[in-house]
Amino acid sequence: MTDTTLAQLSNTSIYSATVVLTLAMVAYAVYLARLVPSRERAADPAAQDRELVAAGSGDGPTGAPVGGGAGDLVDRGGRGGRGGPGGRPGAEPEPVAARKAGGVAWALTLLGTVLVVAGVVLRAAEVQRWPLGNMYEFAVVGAMFVLLSYCAWATQRDLRWLGLFVVTPVLLTLGLAITVWYTDASDLMPSLRSLWLVIHVTVATISVAVFTIGFSLGILYLVQDRLESATQRRPSFMDRLPDARSLERLTYAAHIVAFPLWTFTVIAGAIWARQAWGSYWNWDPKEVWSFVIWVVYAAYLHARVTTGWKRQNAVWIALVGFGCILVNFAVVNVFFVGQHSYSGL
Amino acid sequence: MSTRTDDRPDVAQPRLGGVGWLRWTWRQLTSMRTALFLLLLLAIGAIPGSTFPQRSIDPARTAQWIADHPTAGPLLDRLGFFEVYASPWFAAIYLLLFVSLIGCVLPRTRILWHQLRSSPPRAPRRLDRLAAHRAAEVQGDPEEVREVLRGALRGRRYRVHAHDGETLSAEKGYLRETGNLVFHVALIGVLVGVGWGHLLGWKGDVIVPVGKTFANTLSRYDTFSPGPWVDVTALSPFTLRLDDLDVEFETETTGRGQFGAPRDFEASTTFTDAEGSTEERSIRVNGPLETGAGTVFLLGNGYAPRITVRDAEGTVLYSDATPFLAQDNNYTSVGAVKVPGASPQQLGFAGFFLPTGVIDGERGPHSVFPDALDPQLALTGFEGELFPSGRPQSVYSLDTEAMIAIPGADGADQLRILLRPGESFELPGARGSITFDGVERFAGLSIRTDPGKGLTLVAALLSLAGLVASLVIRRRRVFVRVGPGEQPGRTVVSVGGLAKDDDDGMADEVAALLTGLEGTG
Ligand code: HEM
Repeated sequence: MTDTTLAQLSNTSIYSATVVLTLAMVAYAVYLARLVPSRERAADPAAQDRELVAAGSGDGPTGAPVGGGAGDLVDRGGRGGRGGPGGRPGAEPEPVAARKAGGVAWALTLLGTVLVVAGVVLRAAEVQRWPLGNMYEFAVVGAMFVLLSYCAWATQRDLRWLGLFVVTPVLLTLGLAITVWYTDASDLMPSLRSLWLVIHVTVATISVAVFTIGFSLGILYLVQDRLESATQRRPSFMDRLPDARSLERLTYAAHIVAFPLWTFTVIAGAIWARQAWGSYWNWDPKEVWSFVIWVVYAAYLHARVTTGWKRQNAVWIALVGFGCILVNFAVVNVFFVGQHSYSGL
Repeated sequence: MSTRTDDRPDVAQPRLGGVGWLRWTWRQLTSMRTALFLLLLLAIGAIPGSTFPQRSIDPARTAQWIADHPTAGPLLDRLGFFEVYASPWFAAIYLLLFVSLIGCVLPRTRILWHQLRSSPPRAPRRLDRLAAHRAAEVQGDPEEVREVLRGALRGRRYRVHAHDGETLSAEKGYLRETGNLVFHVALIGVLVGVGWGHLLGWKGDVIVPVGKTFANTLSRYDTFSPGPWVDVTALSPFTLRLDDLDVEFETETTGRGQFGAPRDFEASTTFTDAEGSTEERSIRVNGPLETGAGTVFLLGNGYAPRITVRDAEGTVLYSDATPFLAQDNNYTSVGAVKVPGASPQQLGFAGFFLPTGVIDGERGPHSVFPDALDPQLALTGFEGELFPSGRPQSVYSLDTEAMIAIPGADGADQLRILLRPGESFELPGARGSITFDGVERFAGLSIRTDPGKGLTLVAALLSLAGLVASLVIRRRRVFVRVGPGEQPGRTVVSVGGLAKDDDDGMADEVAALLTGLEGTG
């Protein structure tokens, strides 16, 4: 098999992934939409009987004490297990239609993930190097890590409610990668040939992927928080998402995974900069923005424990941090003069 | 969850004296809120350094920018926008931040120290008030049950203490606070390391053509920038001969920006250390040479055409590999040849070296590929005084203020010389000749030391470790109360858990402790 067919296969794989993920996005949207009416129909028990799945859909709320059965255990109000979708305790079970859509969405997400991974692997096989040498490759690999993180996390807990908000940014990224940042497969320039490329850029991409999920969660939290404090509200799919408090914690959880990874990225980048350019820190625009990102997220973690600062405002800082990530990738790579000019554009 | 209480109004002190003011200022400065504010300010303050050209990185572009913006340029210059990271206001932000940091870390370290040496607090009277709580009645008498739980808690790495006969107090996760403190203190280490490197480090750049030897003395450097505490007379006298420079360019892929992109650079050198022992060493991009007295980096390369100038009798006035500096990715290079020994007037030549030359009317002489496939030298000649008033000048350009262009033999007002390797050009008017003997490459070497880098690296890694510890480890307290059950031989156990931060796992932990009891009891 020649290299060009590998390249074509890689591209085909990525194109197919975008199609599959678009379908997944639609399915997730349907899933959320079908969760909404359940509340109104809850008043009609007959409809409920027809629509509802039998209890025990795996993640159902079981108030029983952990490891129960021992008659000796007197449960006095210990916190029960996780609730329905997204851990909202006491939420009604899902309508069948929603469950079907959710299942389809999950299956499509898995397929899309496999296709993106295949696209990356084929590209790597073609160029015979780590596939992180230009903006196209960063974007595709970044999208891959978002999907992988989501899939990995989704095996731990029910995250179908989050699917739409993960697949959408992934699709946006892949779309831009294909149309704007596409670069033919080729070798690397000398300063990029280093084991540190593999370490630094890979960890950076994983970190950004997790920050992306944290960003989606942060926005959902702010919306949920708004809705919860509203006096009058119509039922919406947001009712079936975790409550604001849980969303805020999930946001934090994503960020405390991503932040040390970013810290490591900056340190590894400095080590590599010394190898390649002779000085570990040059205040090159890319370095400036990596530093800014780090400081902004540090400020988020700080704001969260600062008395007198509202959680909402802390999360806003995290969103600003993600804005800086976008600037660092989409603006600095392309428009700023610096040593990091390997966008391939 | 700040450990500080600075938000409480100080009612006991209606009038602040001088000391009071100082204490007030100190408390403000070391409050979490100030730290947060300074962090955000640091982020904002760093940004202009990426949007404006920086003098330390690109002095030419900076000067150009200022010249292009006659009003904003000088003003921004005075405000330090072209040297952001050396500007007083940027320094003020980070120094205040670090003062705040020290002021924050010291009291927290003291508190942690005391906590570590005292035992966990007494169990509260009513454990069911705690967020995570469970109770059960199990087999066994109270003392037995309590001992089983003590063992279980120890197994889960709690520090356990019994204040009385029917309770246990257990605590774990001090490593979290320790990690947080290590993280913050290590940041100070990073700053110290960076500062140390600035004071005692130096860097120098030099261009060395293939075949030439570089000796590490101040006068051999093209540019040299020492830190303020560096003794520039004490450089280690090693030498480095550039034996060969191997360069590869992309010739296959033709995608955007790919064709002709550099692929590999490698300099083969003979290194002689201060003691005189000699060794063959190679330097590559990403593979610097550690000399023990500075690290040699291969940061640039280009062409040094070998040029010979003779007088009318054929006596050699100048013969050298003359570096020309690349101006674009295809190595269209500019340079100059200065012949001070020519008479009656000094001679100078300036122009282009083109590794793969094309001369067209519109763009002028330029190169279309970085490798030396069709090397050409396009020069113009001047005569007069090369170094009027002895001003220092660049070796890559000609100061033509006191010179005039040599007219062409065909009557053109300027002499145009175009040479390929091996060709010679007779200068008109018995001024002699100029020969393009061949092409060498040169290596742009940068030699640097940074005595602070080890400290910076260790501190950075330490701070990462502290960070991970402080984010991953949970701080938990568990209290146990046992009492006799309804029937003899049975015990009512009550377990309560208290977590310092949001902690989803606390309830599970409490439940698991009781379940474990079931298993053993
Ligand atoms: C160079 C400046 C600073 C940076 C980059 C920084 C960064 C951070 C980060 C990333 C965290 C979250 C990780 C963790 O919980 O350990 C944190 C937590 C914290 N920082 Fe800082 N910090 C700085 C200065 C300060 C200052 C000046 C103070 C005191 C006023 C401070 C007090 C704290 C406290 C109390 C926590 C929270 C501990 C907890 O989770 O309970 N920090 N800091």
